[in-house]
Amino acid sequence: MSKVIMTADDSTSIRQMVSFTLKQAGYDVIEAVDGKDAVDKLASTSIDMLITDLNMPNMDGFELITQVRAMPKFKFIPIIMLTTESQADMKQKGKAAGATGWIVKPFKPEQLLAVIKKVLR
Amino acid sequence: MNESGRFIEEYRQEAEELLVGIEEAVLDIEDNPDDQEAVNRLFRAMHTIKGSGSMFGFDDIADFTHHVETVLDKVRAGEIPVTKTLIDLILASRDHITAMLAAADGGDPVDTQKGEEIIASLKALLAEDEGAAKESVPSTDDPLEQEEQGVETLYRIRLHPDPAIFSSGMDPALLLDDLRELGECNIVAQTEDVPELDQLTAESCYLSWDVTLSTTKGINAIKDVFIFVEDDCQISIDEIADRIEAAAEETVPKLGEILVDKGDVDEKVIEESITKQKKLGEMLVESGAVSEEKLKSALNEQKLVSNIKKVAAASTVRVPSDRLDKLINLVGELVITQARLTQVASKTEDMELAEPVEEVERLTGELRDSVLNIRMMPIGTTFNKFRRLVRDLSSQLEKQVELVTEGAETELDKTVLERLNDPLVHLIRNSIDHGVESPEARKTVGKPEKGTILLSAVHKGTDVVITIKDDGKGLDPEIIRKKALEKGLIPPNADISKKKIYSQIFAPGFSTSKEVTSVSGRGVGMDVVKRTIESLRGVIDIDSTPGQGTVITLKLPLTLAIINGLLVRIDEDYFVLPLMTVEECVEIKSGETEKINGRNILNVRGDMVPYIRLREYLKIPGERPPMEHIVITDVNENRIGFVVDNVIGGHQTVIKPLGPAFKQARDISGATILGDGTVALILDTNVLLENA
Repeated sequence: MSKVIMTADDSTSIRQMVSFTLKQAGYDVIEAVDGKDAVDKLASTSIDMLITDLNMPNMDGFELITQVRAMPKFKFIPIIMLTTESQADMKQKGKAAGATGWIVKPFKPEQLLAVIKKVLR
Repeated sequence: MNESGRFIEEYRQEAEELLVGIEEAVLDIEDNPDDQEAVNRLFRAMHTIKGSGSMFGFDDIADFTHHVETVLDKVRAGEIPVTKTLIDLILASRDHITAMLAAADGGDPVDTQKGEEIIASLKALLAEDEGAAKESVPSTDDPLEQEEQGVETLYRIRLHPDPAIFSSGMDPALLLDDLRELGECNIVAQTEDVPELDQLTAESCYLSWDVTLSTTKGINAIKDVFIFVEDDCQISIDEIADRIEAAAEETVPKLGEILVDKGDVDEKVIEESITKQKKLGEMLVESGAVSEEKLKSALNEQKLVSNIKKVAAASTVRVPSDRLDKLINLVGELVITQARLTQVASKTEDMELAEPVEEVERLTGELRDSVLNIRMMPIGTTFNKFRRLVRDLSSQLEKQVELVTEGAETELDKTVLERLNDPLVHLIRNSIDHGVESPEARKTVGKPEKGTILLSAVHKGTDVVITIKDDGKGLDPEIIRKKALEKGLIPPNADISKKKIYSQIFAPGFSTSKEVTSVSGRGVGMDVVKRTIESLRGVIDIDSTPGQGTVITLKLPLTLAIINGLLVRIDEDYFVLPLMTVEECVEIKSGETEKINGRNILNVRGDMVPYIRLREYLKIPGERPPMEHIVITDVNENRIGFVVDNVIGGHQTVIKPLGPAFKQARDISGATILGDGTVALILDTNVLLENA
């Protein structure tokens, strides 16, 4: 069974790039256009990992991470956030919400896969 | 259009849409400066343009937008008021970004001067706000960049995770795995923080780890492993010495020195302990100065350093293997004699005798381990041969296959290793020929053109588990079932598990290949593979997912000289069953074993388990005891029980071959001598099953 990863991002291009990279690497991908869409989709599906942007309309990344962590089935899954800046306070805020790690934009597909390999096996 | 081209086009479209949205949002804000929602919308759009822009190579746009975003962030926070100047600037920025996008698409070059003017005005707005514009340049804080230092260095790492680490989705075991990938690594878990059971929360992590790592990758590579956890775990990384220094130094550092150096214990305590002249480590643990784990970790470090020295010295002696075999035989005899000695000594209850006997027991154990160790060889040498095989075969069959190996350092007995070569060659051939599809076929089902075969070896207890895994088309259970029916291997309409169907491919003469290639397809081989593995006292297992690939698992004992056995008794005679296949032992009363429809079947917790009564099979006279034991084993996917009088327990069995006179007794694979001198026969469960 291939692992299922959800990518939540309001930018179509990033979502597509992430999704394409993950599928190439043999993962199954579920896309969500913002935090709210992600939470709706997660109510009925199960995932092994979440990759989320932080700035999104309707529900931002921090709120999404908090809500996902509160669901028992996702209590221990790895969650990676995409940030534009490597500012420490963003990382802190994300980690406080329950994120496992982060990746700083811009990143190359190989970097994305390497980060995933760090947390999902 | 290539993939990156597709994404660039995607970005351009997205940016254009966002720019339209920006214009709307700006105009909304102009109408109603308190429209917080519009400000957020504006910020997010700029943010996306910047973030995605840098992803797809529009660095100029990303840089420019960064300045706009910084200002908008302040507006969002209410620190910069919405003014006409601001609105004008944002609109000018928007137009500038549009121009930059057009320029990237082959339009007119942008007016860089105008861009700089806008940036200057934006900075001026910021300066008004806080006096000095604080620049946050998007840095490339990249967790993955590794610095190759090239010098092998010894590090001491201490990882003390936050108890809540699991709820951040991080598994410390993964961190330890990552460390192992960096080089020779010794890990000792520290358990002193584990609370009493009633205070233990299952979701908390109480363990911490001491690691000694010898790597060429440099300290940054180690820090990268911990990048996500450095804030909420206590991590210390100390450089001990580089490898060359370690090798050059005259002596291996003393245990006490290491403990003091690590700050686990005071130098004074060491001094005092040394004067008492006992084993230092034992003393320290007894006195409570260091915990047993701390000591173990220090001992490990000492071992690693001394190992490095050994490598540095690199002195080897070539010895003919028959001398080694003789040595092993002698050690086997010694182990048996020692067991007898211990038994005799315990009967006499002579205190004077007991002490040297204990000493002999300890020494024999050590001797046995180190002699067996001499014959151990890393499996990597065998793995390397396969790289060439895969290369040649795949080009011959016009397929693209990559061989990935893991656990090359896993050690196996030399004899086992040599006899393992042919089966492995066969299995890898099968994977390439039957498993991995042609590049075209792979492309149509959406797999990468290049197939992968993963060959891995890992220690599990006293066994070595070797896995051959391909990402090819997998086995088709229907075809195998049909073929097996044709050959009369399985009864028609039988309800058989998928695994059992797969195991049919081990039957002699079985082949589903439509055509015979020069590589395989004649159906000769899998049965030989199976027989070879079984003759090594191993177990072969197959699993497959159609469309995703096949996994073949070989489970082998570390050595052929000594196996883990289960000692059982029937009447006055002792027998050994290989522990590898044993699943469980159950007590049964005589009433429970009456035949059902003339067959020996026992109901074990709802499962019907056929059984063989060894007393009957081996024709041992005498009465059955009222309470018997059944040893349930898993032989070739069949659960089968062996009924014996009594189960004695696990037994380190030194295997002695039987003389040629007993060649016909196939169901007995050897013998061993117990502590009191009694001979116990080692039963071959596979043959028992065939004969029954």
